[in-house]
Amino acid sequence: MKINSPLEAYKFLPGTNCGECGEQTCMAFASHLIDRSHKLTDCTPILEPKFKKKYEELDALLAPEIREVLIGVGEKVAKIGGDDVLYRHKLTFFNQTQFAYDVWDTMDEKDLVERVNYIQDYKKFYVGDFLAVDMVAVRCTSNDPAKFGAAVKKVVETTDLPLILCSFDPKVLKAGLEASKGKNPLLYAANKDNWKEVAELALEYDVPVTLFAPNDLDLLKSMAKTFAEMGTEKLILDPGTFPSGKQLKQTFTNFIKVRRAGIDGDRDIAYPLMAVPFTAWMLHDDPVSASYWETVVASVFTIKYGDIMILHSTEAYAMLPEIHIRDTIYTDPRTPVMVEPGMYKVGEPNADSPVLFTTNFALTYYTVESDLASNKIECFLWAIDTDGLGVEAAVAGGQLTAAKIKKGLEESGFDLKNDTTHNALVIPGLCARLQGDIEDEMGANVMVGPADSGRLHGWMEKNWPPQKK
Amino acid sequence: MTKKMKLSQLSDMLQDLDVESLEGVTIEGDIELNISGGGGLNPALAYALGNEISQISLHMANIGRMLGFPAEQLFASAFGLGEMPQPETLPTSPKIQELLASKFEVAKIDNWNTPIQEVTLGATSGDGGSRKNTITLGGENALPYYFDSEMPHRNYFTMDVFDMPIGMAKSVKSNYEDVMSDPAEWAKKSVREFNADMITIHLISTDPLIHDTPAKEAAKVVEDVLQAVDVPIVIGGSGNPGKDPEVLERAAEVAEGERVLLASASLNLDYERVAKAAVDHGHAVLSWTQLEINAQKELNRKLMKQCNVPRDSILMDPTTAALGYGLDYAYSNMERIRLAGLMGDDELSFPMSSGTTNAWGAREAWMISSPLNQDSDWGPREYRGPIWEIVTGLSLALAGNDLFMMMHPTSVQVLKEITKTLYGSIESEEMDISNWIGAEV
Repeated sequence: MKINSPLEAYKFLPGTNCGECGEQTCMAFASHLIDRSHKLTDCTPILEPKFKKKYEELDALLAPEIREVLIGVGEKVAKIGGDDVLYRHKLTFFNQTQFAYDVWDTMDEKDLVERVNYIQDYKKFYVGDFLAVDMVAVRCTSNDPAKFGAAVKKVVETTDLPLILCSFDPKVLKAGLEASKGKNPLLYAANKDNWKEVAELALEYDVPVTLFAPNDLDLLKSMAKTFAEMGTEKLILDPGTFPSGKQLKQTFTNFIKVRRAGIDGDRDIAYPLMAVPFTAWMLHDDPVSASYWETVVASVFTIKYGDIMILHSTEAYAMLPEIHIRDTIYTDPRTPVMVEPGMYKVGEPNADSPVLFTTNFALTYYTVESDLASNKIECFLWAIDTDGLGVEAAVAGGQLTAAKIKKGLEESGFDLKNDTTHNALVIPGLCARLQGDIEDEMGANVMVGPADSGRLHGWMEKNWPPQKK
Repeated sequence: MTKKMKLSQLSDMLQDLDVESLEGVTIEGDIELNISGGGGLNPALAYALGNEISQISLHMANIGRMLGFPAEQLFASAFGLGEMPQPETLPTSPKIQELLASKFEVAKIDNWNTPIQEVTLGATSGDGGSRKNTITLGGENALPYYFDSEMPHRNYFTMDVFDMPIGMAKSVKSNYEDVMSDPAEWAKKSVREFNADMITIHLISTDPLIHDTPAKEAAKVVEDVLQAVDVPIVIGGSGNPGKDPEVLERAAEVAEGERVLLASASLNLDYERVAKAAVDHGHAVLSWTQLEINAQKELNRKLMKQCNVPRDSILMDPTTAALGYGLDYAYSNMERIRLAGLMGDDELSFPMSSGTTNAWGAREAWMISSPLNQDSDWGPREYRGPIWEIVTGLSLALAGNDLFMMMHPTSVQVLKEITKTLYGSIESEEMDISNWIGAEV
């Protein structure tokens, strides 16, 4: 965005402190516009006709440096781009890299449907939610528009995930567009030979389009300028992903250069970037080596500025680190990930059920909770307020103490002595050294649990219920 | 003009007038109106003609709109209506025939003007040691692999060896089962078979809560390892803050001349003793803090000012958290440290080291399958574990980390390959990807 202080945004706002945006003052709202935690449209008064000019001016100033592009429609619509910084700690990265996994039009229909279903059903529990993947890229390997159209049709029938239509033949792309009308697929790709026809398709069907100029940034910029002039800025840039050697180093350089230019204000090239780690499969025949290398290339370009990518390996050992490195990079560094401190119930615990606690660091809490729930250990579980630190760090830093634990339990109105038959508390293995303190503070029977909650199941089998003393 | 005029009649009618041509007028096809000498037209006729042509153009515009062309914008801009002027090219040439010429340019970063300190580990016979080679870390003038300035040294990999058999993930253990009871053999295997650049000997048995091995005995293991391999080495304690200074002192003594890296000095132990051991015996010291940039500055400052450790003998370990378990903090912490160093913070301009082995703490790396039945299948752990270590290390390589302390041979091999590739020292056959879509895979 073109401004970086709340004052600069404030002067465009109505200045009435009406509070409709949820903030007390227009100045507070202005600071949230600058850190992008509020949208300008949250200010309802500025949408009135009399503020139209100011709205438009401010809206332009607040627009992210890298354009945002939408792919797909409805609930699963994917938004990419929108970044304002080169380093995540400077603000945060917006709109996480979208992962598209490929299918191709020479696949058996049964295999195709199975693969699409695998892609759309893939999930991994993490910090209270499921991580998933985002898109299906349909590659034309038949060179036959009819075949391609049929494959696209089948994919559309099978999933709501956004699509990428991949071919350099405009006739094939047109068949794909016809088979996915109203789905706002991404065209892949316009290149130096087909750009006129592909531009016409993008304009005619009003869909986003990828510009492909392998290792030629002048050409890439020329195409972007030309397409913008022709009337579309729904563009994604692919500078080519070469999978090995000096060419891969050059690819890395190209990504850095294009993104730096965009953030520095070169509007002609300030579009989302596409990486194609798929090309690792042109390098390696053995599927394990190819999956490994694809994951490595995907990780590099998830970290360094890829906004969308096309992948081939659906091996779990490839997808799992891919979705985690993406989460790592796109997690907002400004907000510590915490859950509300307090008492939670796993299942329907009663007076005989175990009582446990962990910290309110979301990662820790959800890991413990899901380990308990999936092993059907019905119990009471506290998230003790440690300012979002994990157990080990909180013990070392003094945020997790016997007094804090006692306070946490009491504040939820729970009385260990009267509300349980055992007066026992199971503490995380990583805070074993607090055992004595907690016994003194609470007069409870303190049992030291395992260091990893993944082992609670086995631990409970051995140690629960506690032996009567 | 009372009767309605048809297009076909227009040209007949115009023949006798000053209009030179009005040709090819068919409602289905192209329309070309070429009227000149308008001054000679009968005003009434001219008006009627104008009216008719405008009607036609409206009709055509409606067809245009049905085809999805925003004709109203064209009208608005042609007649200066509406607020936003349209690009002038639109009405006359909606199609562009040639790509607009453009040159891509981007500036180099102008405030990276402090090089990262170079630190050399190991000493050859020429320098009073017995290593076959030395390893130099640091020296960067830019973020790793950036075009702004060539990276002077590649990343290096030191592989973990422990002074006693320890519990480890199954897929790691299977590589070392035959050597786990002999640290010297273990080190040898890592160098010969797994291509380790360096060896880290962790003296964990010295922990009073484990075997409480005396420092003197532990120092013997260091000697054995120095005998067994000729690469530079790192000496690690057990992590027990009470015992480590003594253990590292003895180890530093027996390793004199070899310029090892002592791991580590930290704020929660007697860092002065560790620093002194390094200075007295000519070693480098690892400055270890826990994910906190200000603590890292403080410890580095203390090592330099209070303990007189030379700048060329300090490496930093700002802590590595595993992928999925705080790597976001570790990544940004390292990236901030490196950027601060490049921009001139001389308390942070040191090369960095990562305990990448920590990746194996993530359950995704070692558990046989997901403990949650809602999860999609996690796949075989023998493939999942190494890639967890690779991606953890790779992300930190991109944040500026120089030296990697690692565990699994495959992880070392792959991380070495990608970091050397980005560094620019891997040659491979040029590949044509211009038609990747059709690739058979």
